[in-house]
Amino acid sequence: MAIKRIFIANRGEIAVRIIRSCKALGIETVLGVSEADRTSLGALMADRALCLGPAQPAASYLQIPTVVQAALGSGCDAIHPGYGFLAERAELAQLCEDEGMIFIGPAAAQIEAVGDKLRARAEAIAAEVPVVPGGPVETVDAAQKLAAEIGAPLLVKAVGGGGGRGMKLVEDLAALPATMDMASAEAGAAFGDPRVYLERFVARGRHIEVQVLGDGAGKVVHLGERDCSVQRRYQKLVEETPAPSLPAATRDKLLAAAVRFAERLDYRGAGTVEFLYDVVRDEFYFLEMNARIQVEHPVTEEVSGVDLIAEQIAIAGGQGLRFTQDEVVLAGAAVECRINAEDPERDFAPSPGTVSDVSWPHGEGIRVDTHIAAGASIPPFYDSMIAKIIAHGPDRATAIERLEVALAQTRIEGIATNLSFQRRILADAEFTAGGVDTGFLPRMLEREREAA
Amino acid sequence: MSLTAKDVEEILRLLEESQFDRLNLEINGIKIELARDGARPKSERPAKAAKPAPAPAAPPPAKKQRQSAEEGLVEVKSPLLGVFYRAPKPGEPPFVEVGSKVAEDSVIGIVEVMKLMNSARAGVAGEVVEILGENGELVEHGEVLMLVRPE
Repeated sequence: MAIKRIFIANRGEIAVRIIRSCKALGIETVLGVSEADRTSLGALMADRALCLGPAQPAASYLQIPTVVQAALGSGCDAIHPGYGFLAERAELAQLCEDEGMIFIGPAAAQIEAVGDKLRARAEAIAAEVPVVPGGPVETVDAAQKLAAEIGAPLLVKAVGGGGGRGMKLVEDLAALPATMDMASAEAGAAFGDPRVYLERFVARGRHIEVQVLGDGAGKVVHLGERDCSVQRRYQKLVEETPAPSLPAATRDKLLAAAVRFAERLDYRGAGTVEFLYDVVRDEFYFLEMNARIQVEHPVTEEVSGVDLIAEQIAIAGGQGLRFTQDEVVLAGAAVECRINAEDPERDFAPSPGTVSDVSWPHGEGIRVDTHIAAGASIPPFYDSMIAKIIAHGPDRATAIERLEVALAQTRIEGIATNLSFQRRILADAEFTAGGVDTGFLPRMLEREREAA
Repeated sequence: MSLTAKDVEEILRLLEESQFDRLNLEINGIKIELARDGARPKSERPAKAAKPAPAPAAPPPAKKQRQSAEEGLVEVKSPLLGVFYRAPKPGEPPFVEVGSKVAEDSVIGIVEVMKLMNSARAGVAGEVVEILGENGELVEHGEVLMLVRPE
């Protein structure tokens, strides 16, 4: 069934992004907005905007029955959830299935399957996708046997721990029995559960993910990988494709593993399979699958020429995959910077307010995804990302050069942003060399502190 | 700690059952301003009124435009997005008609959200002058349902 009118259950730049694709496809749009977003760019661009509720997300954007009621009441055939908010809530996908509304995303059961870490790990193992080596151990004998397979260095983790608590590093396997006894005793005292498990320690890891599209009937294609290793406290700041200096054989294995994982689930729609790449060992491990369009999808679009939102809509509308793997051609390199309304000088504190003036860059290979124009307000209730600036070029060096020029052209007045911080990242020698690990940004900040 | 949708629903329910028409709540930096039916939260008072909401383009169904130019009328707004019903059940007489006298807590209609019925109250005592909400049609959060001449 061809989709004629889409309800967009999101805000900000992704709402604008979805509306643009819909306009190009001749599909009408209805945007659900909160009171704080009534005059947002998305609300102006959509064919219709409906106020869902007050500014607080819990009272508007996160109200599943209100969103579905708004979509039904405005005659929409489909709901696009964007990313964040309700994008990976199986409950919304299920309610859509019950009401005969098309959910532009995977089936509710698939969202549940990848949303549960243990289940996702089991599916990965079943699909012969590598996971971080490790497992639970009860005796020192068993631990020594498993440790020999995992290799040093490794971590002894408390089953009851989490978030970095109850973790001990073993660099020499000879120290394992003593460390395990200590870890177990401590875990018993701290968490009331003395059980521990072993896990390989990745000293230098890179976050590399694979964009996939599935038809929901077992056919899956990939559109290359993205490297998102430039992170601050797990928040991605710069993303690029292809992943720099990744050995070709490893890259082929990584892409094939992502496709196998999605095929096993009969995955429907756009999704991303995330891996941790162990630089020292040249191996990768499955982390999780994100069952949605991602913030960083534009870099993939730039090198592939594929409009991922349009493909999401086509798959949801029953058209399946409109191209084969052989038809996917990835050309050049693309780099994206996230521009956030936050102040690097004040430990990246959010900086809501009104954008008094703004000037976005133009130029060859430059793309800007944003919902911010002069006079736009940035309400304090939502995510601080205000734009993504993306540069595409025949090679990585050209893309970075273009992005540097673009950031230098960008002017955002009235609020604090991380613009100059992003310029420092692009100019950093370690970044321009390529292939940084997730420890890069903390190292760069440390270098800056020392130089200051 | 963060507020969940359930918490907000609970707060809304408490307000609904209370004799108050306005609630200001601040928890860990999250400010909530709630007002019942016709009562206006402070942030919505005309003095601070921001730019008007953009007029939606196609394809919304033609909405009734306000006819009465009389000054001093109070707008009774929908407390949430949903389908507006003027009567308790199909075939029954509407809660109110033009000319009806209403008290603050008079039910003037029902707003349905996925089979959950929420009563909309006048929030002001007076006489119904004009009815803008269409029976069986979708209304937005904050959409004007009626105009009441306050007593």
